[in-house]
Amino acid sequence: MLYIVIAFLWLAILFYLVLGGADFGAGILEIFTPATNKEDLRRTAYIAIGPIWEANHMWIIIAVVIVFVGFPEIYSMISISLHIPVLIMLLGIIARGTAFTFRNYDAINDKMQAVYTRIYIYSSFITPFFIGIIAATAVSGRIDPKAQGFLQAYIFDWLDWYPVSVGLFTVFLCAFLAAIFLIGEVSHKPSRQAYVQKARLMNLGLIIFMLLSFRAARADNIPMFKWVFGSTLSIVAVVISFVAWIFTWYQIANNNVRLTRLWAGIMILTLLIAITYGHFPDVVLLKGGMSLSLLSGQAPEATINALGSALLTGGLFIIPSLFYLIYSFGQKNKSISVHKS
Amino acid sequence: MDNFIAARSQMALSLGFHIIFSCIGMVMPFFMAVAHFLYLRTGSINYRNVTRAWSKGVAIFFATGAVSGTVLSFELGLLWPEFMKHAGPIFGMPFSLEGTAFFIEAIAMGFYLYGWDKFNPWFHWFTGVMVGITGVVSGILVVAANSWMNCPAGFQYVNGQFIHIDPVKAMFNRAWFSQSLHMTLAAFTATGFAVAGIHAWLLYRKKNVLFHRTAFKIAALFGVIASILQPVSGDISAKFVAKTQPAKLAAMEAHFKTCAYSPLLIGGIPDVKHQKVNYGIEIPGMLSWLVSGKFDTKVTGLDQIPKDQQPPVAITHYSFQIMVAAAGLLGTIGLIYLIALTVKRKWLKRSWLLLLFAAATPIGFLAVEAGWTVTEVGRQPWIIHGVMRTADAVTPMPGIQYSFYLFTMVYVSLAITVIFLLKRQINMVGLVYDVNNKNGDL
Repeated sequence: MLYIVIAFLWLAILFYLVLGGADFGAGILEIFTPATNKEDLRRTAYIAIGPIWEANHMWIIIAVVIVFVGFPEIYSMISISLHIPVLIMLLGIIARGTAFTFRNYDAINDKMQAVYTRIYIYSSFITPFFIGIIAATAVSGRIDPKAQGFLQAYIFDWLDWYPVSVGLFTVFLCAFLAAIFLIGEVSHKPSRQAYVQKARLMNLGLIIFMLLSFRAARADNIPMFKWVFGSTLSIVAVVISFVAWIFTWYQIANNNVRLTRLWAGIMILTLLIAITYGHFPDVVLLKGGMSLSLLSGQAPEATINALGSALLTGGLFIIPSLFYLIYSFGQKNKSISVHKS
Repeated sequence: MDNFIAARSQMALSLGFHIIFSCIGMVMPFFMAVAHFLYLRTGSINYRNVTRAWSKGVAIFFATGAVSGTVLSFELGLLWPEFMKHAGPIFGMPFSLEGTAFFIEAIAMGFYLYGWDKFNPWFHWFTGVMVGITGVVSGILVVAANSWMNCPAGFQYVNGQFIHIDPVKAMFNRAWFSQSLHMTLAAFTATGFAVAGIHAWLLYRKKNVLFHRTAFKIAALFGVIASILQPVSGDISAKFVAKTQPAKLAAMEAHFKTCAYSPLLIGGIPDVKHQKVNYGIEIPGMLSWLVSGKFDTKVTGLDQIPKDQQPPVAITHYSFQIMVAAAGLLGTIGLIYLIALTVKRKWLKRSWLLLLFAAATPIGFLAVEAGWTVTEVGRQPWIIHGVMRTADAVTPMPGIQYSFYLFTMVYVSLAITVIFLLKRQINMVGLVYDVNNKNGDL
């Protein structure tokens, strides 16, 4: 049952990164969009994301509940040492969730829209940035539970080149996913071209910050290279991810929406496997070589069994209805755009 | 500000904020579903307009409730890491189920809000009903987790260790039913009266009469029925608290001395130093009777609770008084409305009835906040009743006051924005939803 719980945790994080990430990405893309095209982007994103956007953000709740019920030591360690980045991430979540809804549901369309939009854009950037920082710090081996002094204990462990590069990597990952997703949502050729252009730009950012993350990891003696290329499985994942990346761009050129998304999904999935498999089951690495593992610090068996059954039962309800939601609105939106053209 | 006080204030602020949005988010979908049902049955465009207007309110409240709830799931750890480290595996079961319920709610919400004219009308209606049902289920589960803190079960505490953990037993602790029932009815009462009150005010001002009359009737009926049932649930809760948390009951009643024929105290200013209450009205024997059905039952007073295990008496007592008074007021308005509906139909046309409802708009939520304060402050100094002290659970990180100030700023501005948005929604009713307006629905 423990492995079922871990699998759900991993999937919840993955889904949050991909679905929630594409959602954040739509906000990030607005930063890189000239004012004249912003309205177009907003409308496209609203039609495409609107129905599923609340559900996209449920994955983080599932993930955090799994961590605090199943792996309480990890939860409390992260809560203490990474209090500040978690807090900033939460402010981002509040700002973004409300601004998105307010912008769409405000009864009057006036200059308040600009306020919501600004908040929406900044928080779309800040939230994934800090998610990246939190994840990177957790495995950086810089968390020191015995640290003295406020700065040492609560600031310097995460405010460093490695977490910051991974944070920016996460931001570009989200923006890349959003751009890829939105390419398929427009049929109009010039705007399609604009999204392709954006996907290219975001892809470039993704590569730059990936390389920077490796560089920063080396400078800090974090064995990231070993994690990503250290085992057969992770090497296979890297190779598949690379191939999927090439196919993604091939399918974009081919104008095949479904295959573009499929390959992009495979690319991110395998990339995440490559990044996380190397240090599994340790998810929090502490200063001095200690670590918190998913396989040894877990809750008592009765709790893990109950949690696993709750997740399996929940999954039976969630997965089909979520699938139907995405599928049916995909169909309806398609028929609308056919109507228009 | 002391770190511990700052952490408690931030938690109180976050919960006090979240509770309003989650109540509305779980109850309003039912109003919406009723209006929608009437539209589907009668085809009257007026019902459709009410449904659509409400669904926008639901979207705004749901989104705000969803993010403030997400924040809470992290805040439990940010502020009380020691508590979560031990309690997480024990009382986490309802949270993991709540995750599912909440997820389904979000999915149903997606179908409902964006599904107008895109699906089979009854399927679409059904997704709206699901929003309400999953919302109430979520609420019950979260309250079940809270009731575990009041009435811990499903583990043994030996030498500072939590052993023999049984999460299912913990979820079905003895307090879960009485607390969930009380909270659910409170949510229906508060939301019913708040929504009815706003529509009553606009009706009184003679704005878009048809629209507001329909909306008022539906919301009022929900609020009225819940407010009349609530005293029964309050009685169950009080009897239960007397049995399981005598210190809380003593603080609620500012009951200092243990005695038979204990009086029920109404109002009064507790003087903790001298162990007495000034200016209160006492009804002899009534407290004994209320908690046990017999007048000669001894009710434990604060004198039998060690000093270091007593909750703050004044806050608990005042909050309890406010809650009971507010609930009593709403129950009375509820009865008046029922009489108007059944016997005195001409009252329905009177403007004083509308004004009464309009004046009662915030009172239900006042009762909700006060009641929440009673159960949380009344449990102090414990975070897990009788097992772990709140002070031992707090985060070691200093400077929580700054995070408290920050959250206060964020929540205050959010509250202002939501009120501003609602006002704009209401202002638009005349333009968008009035059937006499030729433009009709958007």
